[in-house]
Amino acid sequence: MSDILKEALAHLHRKQPLGAPPRAEWFGFREVRETTTVRYVRDGIPRENDVTVSKGVMAEALVNGQFGYAATSRLDPESLVQAAEQALEQARRASRWAIHRFTVAERPPVTRDYASPVAQPLGGHSPGELNALLVEICHKLKRSPKIIRTSAFTQTVEMEMRTVSSNGSDARQMFSLISVDFEATAQEGSIIQKRTDGGLRGNSRQGGWEFLHTADLWERVERVAEQALELVAAPECPTEVASLILKPDQMMLQIHESIGHPLELDRILGDERNYAGWSFVKKEDFGTLQYGSPLMNVTFDPTVPTEFASYAFDDSGCEATREYLIREGKLLRGLGGLESQARSGIPGVANARASSWNRAPIDRMANLNLEPGDSSLEELIASVERGVIMEANRSWSIDDFRNKFQFGCEYGQLIENGRITRTVRNPNYRGVTVPFWRSLKKVGNGATRGIYGTPYCGKGEPNQAIRVGHASPACLFENIEIFGGAS
Amino acid sequence: MSLNERGYFEELSQRLFGALHGGEHLFLNLAAEQTQFLRINGAKARQIGTVADGLLSMTYLHETQDSSGKSVLRKASRNITLSGISYTDRAELYEALAALRREAPTLPPDPYATLPANPGASDTRRKGELLAIDAAPEALLEPAQGADIAGIYASGPMVRAMANSAGLLHWFSTESFTFDYSLYTPSQRAVKATFAGQKWNQQDYSRSLAAARERLGQLEKAPRRIERGTYRAYLAPAAVQEIVNLFSGWATASEASLRQGESPFRKLRAGEATLSPRFTLSEDFSEGLVPRFNSMGELAPERLPLIERGQLRNTLVSSRSAKEYGAIANGAEESETLRAPAIGTGSLKESEILARLGTGLYLSNLHYLNWSDKQGGRITGMTRYACFWVEKGRIVAPIENMRFDDTIFGLLGSALEDLTETAAYEPETGSYYLRQLGGSRVPGALLSEMRFTL
Repeated sequence: MSDILKEALAHLHRKQPLGAPPRAEWFGFREVRETTTVRYVRDGIPRENDVTVSKGVMAEALVNGQFGYAATSRLDPESLVQAAEQALEQARRASRWAIHRFTVAERPPVTRDYASPVAQPLGGHSPGELNALLVEICHKLKRSPKIIRTSAFTQTVEMEMRTVSSNGSDARQMFSLISVDFEATAQEGSIIQKRTDGGLRGNSRQGGWEFLHTADLWERVERVAEQALELVAAPECPTEVASLILKPDQMMLQIHESIGHPLELDRILGDERNYAGWSFVKKEDFGTLQYGSPLMNVTFDPTVPTEFASYAFDDSGCEATREYLIREGKLLRGLGGLESQARSGIPGVANARASSWNRAPIDRMANLNLEPGDSSLEELIASVERGVIMEANRSWSIDDFRNKFQFGCEYGQLIENGRITRTVRNPNYRGVTVPFWRSLKKVGNGATRGIYGTPYCGKGEPNQAIRVGHASPACLFENIEIFGGAS
Repeated sequence: MSLNERGYFEELSQRLFGALHGGEHLFLNLAAEQTQFLRINGAKARQIGTVADGLLSMTYLHETQDSSGKSVLRKASRNITLSGISYTDRAELYEALAALRREAPTLPPDPYATLPANPGASDTRRKGELLAIDAAPEALLEPAQGADIAGIYASGPMVRAMANSAGLLHWFSTESFTFDYSLYTPSQRAVKATFAGQKWNQQDYSRSLAAARERLGQLEKAPRRIERGTYRAYLAPAAVQEIVNLFSGWATASEASLRQGESPFRKLRAGEATLSPRFTLSEDFSEGLVPRFNSMGELAPERLPLIERGQLRNTLVSSRSAKEYGAIANGAEESETLRAPAIGTGSLKESEILARLGTGLYLSNLHYLNWSDKQGGRITGMTRYACFWVEKGRIVAPIENMRFDDTIFGLLGSALEDLTETAAYEPETGSYYLRQLGGSRVPGALLSEMRFTL
């Protein structure tokens, strides 16, 4: 990346008349250059070989306690100065109605660098080689005439972010990200079932091709196809109140929707209530609310190597550290960046994040993880008299206060008297957030833990889709409403 | 030159097409905007800023002949952020073209790719009278003082344009604004509204706020908790729009989705389920708020009935699906999602909604819909904002939010008693990656039953 940011900052400094009060309390520039490559093959035919190069700069200014921004794709110092002036003028005009008098403390200086850990760099394979591999995956998935649709997908992102500011920030983060997925759809008569590898692009990590060329790749391909075939022959998931074991690829969604979003401080402060919604969590709940059972320990942890949303500092410049949000079931800390912390007085984390150069940072999840307990998967299953194990999310819905949820999974297995007895299709469950987490009966150990993520967490006005990571062991909940599909 | 000027796009297009060799074909698509966003919470400015952005998509086809002389196509694409600085943009696009030239020949053939054609160009320019950037905070916020209001104002020019190496060029530019907002009572109950258009009028804005404030008064009563069960229900247009959005987001009316076992509408095609003869769903571009051309440059018909009187009449068929399945293309985008959905009206008069509902639920908005069993056509979601319990044609109290779980074949089939005689235009206010265009034309729907589960 060039030094146009520093050059623009120097221009702004020179425009400051000597002896006059500062025109702005703070200026900052954040440059993003992101290359996203999608390779997608359906039924052995290339469907997408697409590369997107997005690049631009967001200029921010702080005046009278109000931030303003201007995002531009014109990457020359003159245009950046113009953008900064526009940000300043908008901030000035809006400052009469400022929601809070922010200070430069909400944009601390940062001088760190970060780079994703990569074993096999993303440049290492030609498009032809990758297409050949994805075609081969499709062919392996098509193991029966009952498989009516197959697909294989990779998405890689190489992203460089640079930030400089008038109070001394000069920092850079370089991300290498990869999402891998494959799917098989099977049909038997009028029953159609789809199985994916992790559900909803769940296999999303920081790193390189090592997350495609895994030792178990072909075993996973085989399992996806086999389980799709199993599902079309399986009965509906029963409708009853029973025990529920969620595997990590569904725990990801459960954590995301019923812990992550309700703990976002900007939701609690009402910023999101016109779009994504509010939260049942109140400011006074921090430090007092028993969110879940004492087995529940949840961390915000952007330091986990290879987890999808690891970083050294957020887009406000705040240094990222591991923090407990919930410890032994008690709510301690919110998911809010420095602006939300200043407004609410609630302890938060370094999570002011923007989806790209053309959006302003807001409170987001990053890596939000449920810490492992001490039960093996076998012990979880053995302790269930009657229940269902569910894997891989396929449907998600929750109310705007994050209370009443209903989630559906791709694959279910019935447990009877401590043993898995059969596969069930269309497994769904519903509940209310706090009672659900209080019904957490056992937490799997580290051996049951999976690290997942998604590129598509949506929120914000204007809308922003951002990457998040979720690591979790398998967990057992009791007395949950489960049910199947059908009309 | 600005990215929003047709001349800039034309010049870049001509240069790129002029650089093509034999056997090379190119589609170009531009999406550009210059938007001011003002995010509001508690009638205060939460965030304010502008975004100037433009993305040029290049879809490149490399054509060769096989041993029998048959055309073989290989396809790759690049999307590049444009700056509006011509020498920089030209250099980047030439570099992208060079990368496409290197990549495409190494890919497997794409038997369903389609060569560019030139069936006829179009040029639509919708000028607006928008608020000046400097004027927006005062114009928006001053009249809102004293109310607990949250929302997002977005305003500015937007462009969608396409050109291809067969000489076709479509241009669509519009200047518009949306203010998507909600008003709140002290007990956090809310009404939702959208003030949108192409000409900002301060008096109309004040009237929009006043109307929302008036509706808010109905929410002051203590909310009633509704037990799980099946109730009569009226879905206001914004609630019906959420169902349409679900259909659109999951490409439910897509030919490819039906063929690949992804759409519940396959039950309609197979005769395994029916929708109400009162239900009609069309693609209707007559509003002129979204371009009729797709990224290939094909024009969709002005109106395409998809479901007519409950029967599946047509699906959205892209030229890709047409090749793959031997169907006839109808100008659909490759994603085969709805771009201009419209639901037919019925005979229910606005003044008779509560009386015809009798006792049941009046639902202004639904929220967070998803399929609980896509193959079975079963959907779930929540009630949101101004929803009421109605008894004997009179609003009794707002309700606590409820979860529903029911099938589209029930809601839009056996349970659909009537639709309102007029349809509202619900503008699209989404802005993932870039501001969206258009909206849905939807009436309200009176249902004899709707199943609530939590």
